[in-house]
Amino acid sequence: MADLHCNIGGVESPNPFWLASAPPTDKYINVKRAFDAGWGGAVWKTLGNDPPVVNATSRYGVHRDQARGIVGINNIELISDRPLDQNLREIEQLRREYPDRVIIGSLMAPIEEAAWKGLAAKILNTGVQGLELNLGCPHGMCERGMGSAVGQVPEMVEQTTRWVKEVAGKIPVFTKLTPNITDIVVPAEAARKGGADGVALINTVNSIVSVDLDSMAPRPTVDGKGTHGGYCGTAVKPIALNMVQAIARDPETAPLAISAIGGITTWRDAAEFIALGAQGVQVCTAAMLYGFRIVDDMIAGLSNFMEERQYRSIADFRGRAIRNTVDWNDLNLNFDLKAFIHQDRCIECGRCHIACEDGAHQAIRIGQGANGHRTFTVINDECVGCNLCLHVCPVEDCIEMKPVANGLPPVSWPHHPLNPLRTGGT
Amino acid sequence: MGLRPHVSNGAGLTRDQIEENFADLTPTLDHTQAHVEAARCLYCYDAPCIKACPTAIDIPTFIHQIRSENLKGSAHTILKSNIMGGTCGRACPTEVLCEEACVLNARGEEPVRIGALQRHAVEDLMARGGAHPFARAPLSGKTLAVIGAGPAGLSFAHRAAMLGHDVIVYEAKPKPGGLNEYGLAAYKMANEFAQREIDFLLGIGGIRIEYGIALGRDVTLNELRGRCAAVFIGAGIAATNALGIPGENLSGVYDALHFIEELRQTKDKSLLRVGRNVVVIGGGNTAIDAAIQSKRLGAENVTMVYRRGEPSMTATEWERDLARTNEVVIRTWAMPVGLAGATTVAGVVFEKTAMKSGKLAGTGETFTIAADMVLKAIGQKLNDATFAGLKLERGKLAVDGSFQTSIPGVFAGGDCIVAGEDLTVQAVEDGKRAAIAADRFVRGA
Repeated sequence: MADLHCNIGGVESPNPFWLASAPPTDKYINVKRAFDAGWGGAVWKTLGNDPPVVNATSRYGVHRDQARGIVGINNIELISDRPLDQNLREIEQLRREYPDRVIIGSLMAPIEEAAWKGLAAKILNTGVQGLELNLGCPHGMCERGMGSAVGQVPEMVEQTTRWVKEVAGKIPVFTKLTPNITDIVVPAEAARKGGADGVALINTVNSIVSVDLDSMAPRPTVDGKGTHGGYCGTAVKPIALNMVQAIARDPETAPLAISAIGGITTWRDAAEFIALGAQGVQVCTAAMLYGFRIVDDMIAGLSNFMEERQYRSIADFRGRAIRNTVDWNDLNLNFDLKAFIHQDRCIECGRCHIACEDGAHQAIRIGQGANGHRTFTVINDECVGCNLCLHVCPVEDCIEMKPVANGLPPVSWPHHPLNPLRTGGT
Repeated sequence: MGLRPHVSNGAGLTRDQIEENFADLTPTLDHTQAHVEAARCLYCYDAPCIKACPTAIDIPTFIHQIRSENLKGSAHTILKSNIMGGTCGRACPTEVLCEEACVLNARGEEPVRIGALQRHAVEDLMARGGAHPFARAPLSGKTLAVIGAGPAGLSFAHRAAMLGHDVIVYEAKPKPGGLNEYGLAAYKMANEFAQREIDFLLGIGGIRIEYGIALGRDVTLNELRGRCAAVFIGAGIAATNALGIPGENLSGVYDALHFIEELRQTKDKSLLRVGRNVVVIGGGNTAIDAAIQSKRLGAENVTMVYRRGEPSMTATEWERDLARTNEVVIRTWAMPVGLAGATTVAGVVFEKTAMKSGKLAGTGETFTIAADMVLKAIGQKLNDATFAGLKLERGKLAVDGSFQTSIPGVFAGGDCIVAGEDLTVQAVEDGKRAAIAADRFVRGA
């Protein structure tokens, strides 16, 4: 068993798997069950000053794949709708009962110094190991000037982070970022200026998940009407990965710890975020769909992966993929691939042919083989090595992308002979 | 799968048990099941399953339409190639047609359940009712005659009506449907499906069926040819073969087809008589259907005997497995040489067979299987007296590439032509293609 212990922005955690601030961390009973299942930590469902918010019904809509699997959820639920004191007492109790686990207090308040500082102080009194500023919630709260309405204004990100850090002192503060902006590095920079120890991202993505064509209303529907919600689940993972690498690669924001969020369902997802610079990860949708038991495989899978690669700690491979994550202008344009179809594995579905014919470069030819079988072969002169056939092929390892040994030295666009603005050299 | 029949505790089957035994063999998929199954389809390009379907249904497209919840469009895709797509979804031997060609087999997986999905889409459309999905072309003023209201004849009639012609169908029996109504196993066509499908088919308009009219008895080919612009013969092959062995006339010896026909036409199947020890002779799907239905009626022992090995049987492996699941004993390499009994059959004497210098021959060794009911399922033949004047080939009607017989303007398809193969789906295709050819003929194109 590999050592999964880690330090996330100054918070010691037995493993990198935390539950994100969301319905699964709403109450004592949920978080207790999560800790019993093995989660390293939980970011409590966002707390606000009393009186508590009132939630609407229904709250969730889903985006499905063709086999009815759920690839994304959108929700229109607000922050905790239970009295603040009740939440605080439950956090205190869990801190006593599970001293080795992490509880981070998530908070949200109007843009008033006293509101943020007062709420932060109350939460800190429960013994939480850190605070997380919810500046990302993209529905409901933003209409009251909170959540993403704050997160979309860098000055406010900096200001609220500073207020909370002033109260928190040595206790780590994470600023949770909204993806509903143009450049994630800008609010991350603001958080750093405000004194954040780390950032947590991404919060949910603005979305309408589907439209009910009978009632002609967006889903989820509340008494015949719907509103945009926050999108999460495996579908948003690519967006989150990109935003995490952007913060990890930017020199201004690189010192920030990153608690990565966004569609993490398996240990592999977690490993990918860590490889792009995250110290730890937060999970919500997967736990909502399958229950807390999924952490078993996250722990075992990550541990097996680390043992196989001989990584002794998470820090050993954290950020390993950053060096290979570059700007397009740094890619080698002399690198060439050709698709190769292993005939013995081909099941003759024709998907590669039609994808290439209609969607790419007309580089896969249908031929007649023995006994009425169809053959599919790549026309090397037409193939640009785009991978489309590889991706649509339903058989693993049937299509192989083979590098072409063209003997050409690496050349990137700034130095490419066809670039009229070329800077010379290679 | 629910394929096993209720078996009595020795006191025979109750009426309820028999009713249950003849309920739908594989009930239609519900919305979720259909969706999940449709998601398995790879949506192949120029798909092998299309080529394996005698009616060339665009299978990947209709399955994609199930996925996209365009069920009406899905049914339309099926029916425009095969107007009896409902029966074919229930009764086609998909395991040797589309599903055998499914590329998932090559990936070591179960093929997509194409037949079940087809049934789901077509039955959804039929259940919705509403207007017939196909419109007729401007009327030609021509009338075409059809002999036989089976799958071939009705497919011809539907396509001819669509192409703008009026059609009169002459049917010897009191009901339409041919083998769909009289020949397929009851549990494959539960809930009066054959008649419901024909009602749907006739929704195109322009088709009139006259019952109780048999070719040769009530009307002649010459009369029809004189009265109508073209004639289509879809008469099937009604005459059954005889065993030609002693005792064939004993009471208790029946043609399997007649047994199934009576069974199909009897609503309360508990009123039917079935033997305790049933022997079925033959190796085709009719033999299988007779054997399984005997068992489901309450026969104690049902033995199916075939003179060659299993690979030579025309019954598919799936059908043979279904028979075994129904406790039918399949015996091979034995041919009947005599039927024992005074007035009523008491047993069948078989001689073992073997291949000798490339030919099937008896070995001289015999054995007897006790039987109080014997069902003969050894094939049918054309009643050639009815078709005097038409050129025959290997005992069936000879047709050219456009399904025209030796008499110009007289077309034929289904089991009665030389290529006929006892398959509803092939009969539907023959009728469809013959109608397109007849349309060209009557328009002088």
